[in-house]
Amino acid sequence: MTLALLIALPPLAAVLDQPFWVNTVTRILILALAAVSLDLIVGYGGLVSFGHAAYFAVGGYTIAVLAQHGIDAALIAWPAAVVAAAVLAAIVGTLSLRTTGIFFIMITLAFAQMVFFTLVAVKAWGGNDGLPLDARSVLPLVNLRDPNALYFVCLGLLLAFVALAAQLVESRFGMVLRGARSSERRMLALGFPTFRYKLVAFVVAGAGAGLAGALWAEYARFVSTDMASWTRSGEFLVMVILGGLGSLVGAIYGAAVLLGLESFLAGFTEHWMLLLGAILLVVVLFAKRGLYGWLAGANDG
Amino acid sequence: MADTVLAVRGLRKAFGALVVSDDVALEVRTGECHALIGPNGAGKTTLLAQLAGEVAPDAGTIRFGDRDVTRLGPDARARLGIARSFQITTIVADFTAEDNVALAVQARAATSMRFWRSAARDAALRDPARAALVRVGLGPRANTRASDLAHGEQRLLELAIALAQEPAVLLLDEPMAGLGHDESRAMIALLREIKPAVAMLLIEHDMQAVAELADRVTVLVAGHAIASGSYETIRTDPRVREAYLGDDG
Amino acid sequence: MSLAIEQILNGLQFGVMIFLLAAGLTLVFGIMGVINLAHGSLYMLGAFVAASAAGRGAPFVLAVLAGAGAAALAGVVMELVVIRRLYRREHLDQVLATFALILIANDGVAIAWGKTPVRMDVPGALTGAVTFAGLTYPTYRLLLIAAGLAVAAGLYVLISRTRLGMLIRAGATHRETVAALGVDIAKLNTIVFALGALLAGVAGALLAPILAVQVGMGEQILILTFVAIVVGGLGSIRGAFIGALLVGLVDTLGRAYIPVLLKPVAAPALADSLGGGLSAIAIYVLMAIVLVWKPRGLFPVGSR
Ligand SMILES: Nc1ncnc2c1ncn2[C@@H]1O[C@H](COP(=O)(O)OP(=O)(O)OP(=O)(O)O)[C@@H](O)[C@H]1O
Ligand SMILES: [Mg+2]
Repeated sequence: MTLALLIALPPLAAVLDQPFWVNTVTRILILALAAVSLDLIVGYGGLVSFGHAAYFAVGGYTIAVLAQHGIDAALIAWPAAVVAAAVLAAIVGTLSLRTTGIFFIMITLAFAQMVFFTLVAVKAWGGNDGLPLDARSVLPLVNLRDPNALYFVCLGLLLAFVALAAQLVESRFGMVLRGARSSERRMLALGFPTFRYKLVAFVVAGAGAGLAGALWAEYARFVSTDMASWTRSGEFLVMVILGGLGSLVGAIYGAAVLLGLESFLAGFTEHWMLLLGAILLVVVLFAKRGLYGWLAGANDG
Repeated sequence: MADTVLAVRGLRKAFGALVVSDDVALEVRTGECHALIGPNGAGKTTLLAQLAGEVAPDAGTIRFGDRDVTRLGPDARARLGIARSFQITTIVADFTAEDNVALAVQARAATSMRFWRSAARDAALRDPARAALVRVGLGPRANTRASDLAHGEQRLLELAIALAQEPAVLLLDEPMAGLGHDESRAMIALLREIKPAVAMLLIEHDMQAVAELADRVTVLVAGHAIASGSYETIRTDPRVREAYLGDDG
Repeated sequence: MSLAIEQILNGLQFGVMIFLLAAGLTLVFGIMGVINLAHGSLYMLGAFVAASAAGRGAPFVLAVLAGAGAAALAGVVMELVVIRRLYRREHLDQVLATFALILIANDGVAIAWGKTPVRMDVPGALTGAVTFAGLTYPTYRLLLIAAGLAVAAGLYVLISRTRLGMLIRAGATHRETVAALGVDIAKLNTIVFALGALLAGVAGALLAPILAVQVGMGEQILILTFVAIVVGGLGSIRGAFIGALLVGLVDTLGRAYIPVLLKPVAAPALADSLGGGLSAIAIYVLMAIVLVWKPRGLFPVGSR
């Protein structure tokens, strides 16, 4: 249903003469990709990363910096963004996964802050002003300058990542990851080196966020330190929770709801953050299973 | 005599001023059940945790076959063939009983970095898992969530998991704890059946079970192994009677 | 040389102010097991209330008391309405719920005071500078150091010598025992939370004359505070003190000296950019090193 709607959206927007719909939903799709990647580690691995924006930013800056140096082939730049984010995740994960609980939350936040302040400091990348892109990257056969084309590319990549993540959590690897979330002791006693499994999941999640960041750079034709801010990391967590932990698809709804709420509330009051905070508070305190859990009813585990 | 698979020498462990393992020596052989008894807080569980690699000893060595495993972590020891059950049931609560056992099968298969096939439909995991569940009598409960199982069933699940690991050494921490009389009888029968194939270390307060299963008994009091021998010699040892069996008969 | 002493004093001043926030945050975590991201909002409230009280002609001491009182009051409300529902929740829920509180607090303050920074003057008697050992240092900053150390000492006495302190210490490690003694744990929690809020409010009010009092000021210092208590070991007041001083000193000295140290080894443009970056991330590097080395901080508490 949702999927049919998503595919029909661009022609629909054209007919109804509402071209900004495509832009709005593109933005949702991109942030949803980052949220889904975060859900992979938070929802299935129990790894509450409070620094997911760092990978998002690294993906975006990779595109912008490559473009700055004249490299605008998407088939080079996008994989480079994914790899850059994955490498960062591998380093951060290796150091952070020794800690647990709140220490893990805080150390992932600390690493994200390092990325943030590094981006602020590097004048060649625009520092606080950010870095604009002259044009979108070039993809063979597809003209990314067409908003509809970019839209479908984002939709396709989001679906591909959801499929990959869904496969991952159902696989033998996913069994170990989920098992370690619930009882690390048991998994160790069975002989699983849980650290390695968590690290792989952490890197895959970082790579997903890197891809999302790359798409964001293409979409906005601009990257800034905002992409790495801790509030951005908080927003990704909010999307995951709004959608319902550990449901992957839920994270997409979570992203849609958060962005929808933001623009809806912003439409009728300047102080929409207050209302958003109140709604979020109520959801966290009283609706544990999130939107997806609520939509899917009691039969979803 | 059968081979010694697990051998402990001079094991020491203290939590601050509290000595929980005081120069402990111990051997476990294939086909034998070595029972470890002692009053509450004697340090039995902590000793087992050191054998399993969860707790690092302050001094002493632990050998598995001809290999020194003292410095290996719990996962590495499990892969070598040392399996354990927990005194406080430790299972993946939100998985089904079958999932829990399938994980044990998967661990032994050592191909868990597999990202594609669905694990839920993987016959190579599911068939042995079911077999282990049937063996402990949990066949009909295979698809029940582990947290929804009754206490006795969870104890059996712990055992099924350990069996599915096909270990050389089986460390059991009070498998009978909290079981009713009939459940205990069934568990004892099961352990007798398993015994010939493994080296078994059994922590147990149930003296009936110890009498029936143990080929050798070590008595631990305040971290110290005060006596070791057959059940009969232990039962009649005055020091043991004084320290432990005194209030038990 | 005197420059170095000045920088050390700056670092100390920053550190003791962070400690005022860190003490409450770490107590709340140690006793209630709650991570409160909105702690910075209480600090912000203290600053705004103090600044506007001073703006209406209240004497300095009164303005500070008003800021601290407002923060404490807000803390009581926050504890009763939200925090107490989070005691037994996962850290993730706590992070998100208190993240929501930040959104509410920031917008609430923006509604009450607007989005432009509010100014508060350094009280007349303290505007000057003190000269000692060949060094001239602003009187007000010296006062901040003294006030911070005095509060730290007071807190030490409170925790180690009084009945409330005994309950606080026991509450962190033996909840059940304390409950069994007939102590009203819910009330104890509210008091501890209010105490933490009060200290945060004091910090906000004291810093108001030398900082821009504006929406969002809470988050900047909040993250530093978290670094301090995580480095020190969550739940430990002593850890919070040492962690806060470390953060204050490393941050201040890093900003002052890392660019200078880079000058001889790197091209000027690079040294500038790199130095700026390195000094901004110095405390996060400190935290990462500490946690990789000691995953539970320098002074780990209990088994939580
Ligand atoms: N991690 C730890 N830190 C400090 N003390 C501990 C720790 N683990 C166990 N102890 C203490 O060590 C002692 C031995 O505990 P252990 O669990 O090994 O006893 P046990 O013989 O298994 O007792 P039971 O029969 O009750 O299971 C106890 O006094 C216990 O409180
Ligand atoms: Mg025990």
